[in-house]
Amino acid sequence: MLSVTNVHVSYGRKIKALHGVSLAVREGEIVCLIGANGAGKSTLLKTISGLLWPESGEIVFNGHRVDSVPAHRVAALGLVHVPEGRRIFPLMTVQENLQMGAFTRPHAHEREKRLRWVCDLFPVLGDRLGQEGSTLSGGEQQMLAIGRALMAKPRLLMLDEPSMGLAPLVVRKIFSVISDIHRSGTPILLVEQNAQEALRIADRGYVIETGRIVQEGKAKELLIDPAVRAAYLGVS
Amino acid sequence: MFVSGNVIFEQVLNGLTLGGIYALIALGYTMVYGVLRMINFAHSELFMLGAVGGWGLLALWPGGATLGGICVIFFVAMVGSGLLALFLNRVAYAPLRGSPRLTPLLSAIGASLFLQNVVFLWRDSQLAFPPLFVSGHFHVGHLDVSFLQTFIILISIFLMVNLTLFIRKTRLGKAMRAVSQDAETAELMGIPVHRVVALTFFIGGALGGAAGVLNGLYYGSVKYNMGFAPGIKAFTSAVLGGIGSVPGAMLGGFLLGLLESLGAGFLPKPEWKDVFAFVVLIIVLLFRPAGLLGKNRAEKV
Ligand SMILES: Nc1ncnc2c1ncn2[C@@H]1O[C@H](COP(=O)(O)OP(=O)(O)OP(=O)(O)O)[C@@H](O)[C@H]1O
Ligand SMILES: [Mg+2]
Repeated sequence: MLSVTNVHVSYGRKIKALHGVSLAVREGEIVCLIGANGAGKSTLLKTISGLLWPESGEIVFNGHRVDSVPAHRVAALGLVHVPEGRRIFPLMTVQENLQMGAFTRPHAHEREKRLRWVCDLFPVLGDRLGQEGSTLSGGEQQMLAIGRALMAKPRLLMLDEPSMGLAPLVVRKIFSVISDIHRSGTPILLVEQNAQEALRIADRGYVIETGRIVQEGKAKELLIDPAVRAAYLGVS
Repeated sequence: MFVSGNVIFEQVLNGLTLGGIYALIALGYTMVYGVLRMINFAHSELFMLGAVGGWGLLALWPGGATLGGICVIFFVAMVGSGLLALFLNRVAYAPLRGSPRLTPLLSAIGASLFLQNVVFLWRDSQLAFPPLFVSGHFHVGHLDVSFLQTFIILISIFLMVNLTLFIRKTRLGKAMRAVSQDAETAELMGIPVHRVVALTFFIGGALGGAAGVLNGLYYGSVKYNMGFAPGIKAFTSAVLGGIGSVPGAMLGGFLLGLLESLGAGFLPKPEWKDVFAFVVLIIVLLFRPAGLLGKNRAEKV
């Protein structure tokens, strides 16, 4: 479904962020990517979604080469990226934010149907359709960011640190929503600092360190791996 | 000092006329700034080209343009200035995306000089722009109202209402707002940002072209260097209203027009009107650095 092969990415000429990263997400999977701050997780997601173009390597999504394709065309293929920090349009209402999520859906009746579906999924959003994005709480903004992505009818959803800065209760809600989305048939690539929770809902996981994948395997195995536990689960 | 109601009314009408023209030009500055965080300093030439182009078209109606003729002139001036804005974006700005902020500024100055000189080579003098069918006055009570001023005010309001509806209600208009709030995220939603930017240039240019024709009608003449002063005034209006804000540019334009004409009418010397307008600008910016309707954008985290 998604395969990333030997991808190299730099910022400018000097800063190399990814050194030959390979990764795959298969139909029906939740794959989780964990790594320390600055390891290159966001860089990888941005490269997959076309915001950054790799120097070399190959990215294939559902049979389409998507490396070096503009991000709006990648999005139109159903590869939808919820960026780090939520990035709600601050001066647009909740409803307008959601409508923008469905920009690639051509039919008005489908867009309306999805809007109702997302509002059922997140009643907090349904109650606040007329409210400006910037006035939502952090948790509500994260729901909106996920809801907005679901408006696009994603065939693969990439989430960059959806639990960042949220209270434990809200984190649990976000993870249960992610599981629900997955159960309804959408494969997910999940980037998380919260490795414990993320590995618990994931099928497989990758560990990235300074731009290189250093470990991969079944989520269950990573959860009990001593090196992973020491470095990312805060257990020694 | 005795000031009659008639004089005040007249100055307000002058102010709204001038303000409508400033506002239309200011929209071009503010919309392009909104999507690119860049001031298109060649925008005033699109206004000038709309005016001079409109003058050129007058030759098609030797006996004076009819109402239909006026419509054609407006349409061609707007589409023409809009296309020129697209062209300007393509040749002068798009190749410089991602370069330091000063570079597109220099490119704009170059484009501006180039466009003025092209027109200068064609016609280097003041060109008469007859007020056409919209001359004369009508009376409201004992007040004299000029048809021409009413026409200018109504056209500018008509254009602004339509622009507002477009931006608020249509999918493309909302996409334009999304791009101005967060271009990268808009791109992730599948919005083709470069096309939205082009559309913004087109609309800004078209409004500038319309303002050019209105300005030609109002002052009765056009010239290759006519863009300079209104360009600065319109830019000031955009800053006064809050650069990047569409309603701000409209408010700022009308406000600056009113300040100027009331200043010209009631200050001891009419030449002080610009000083007066700029003093108000400075005071507003002291208290509201983002302009009257500008939003202080939260820094991205
Ligand atoms: N726009 C940029 N320009 C230059 N260097 C950058 C840029 N963005 C990221 N980098 C660098 O690339 C490396 C990887 O950054 P990235 O944002 O991908 O890390 P991350 O794993 O997402 O970290 P975090 O967990 O803190 O979000 C870092 O060293 C960072 O400094
Ligand atoms: Mg990151």
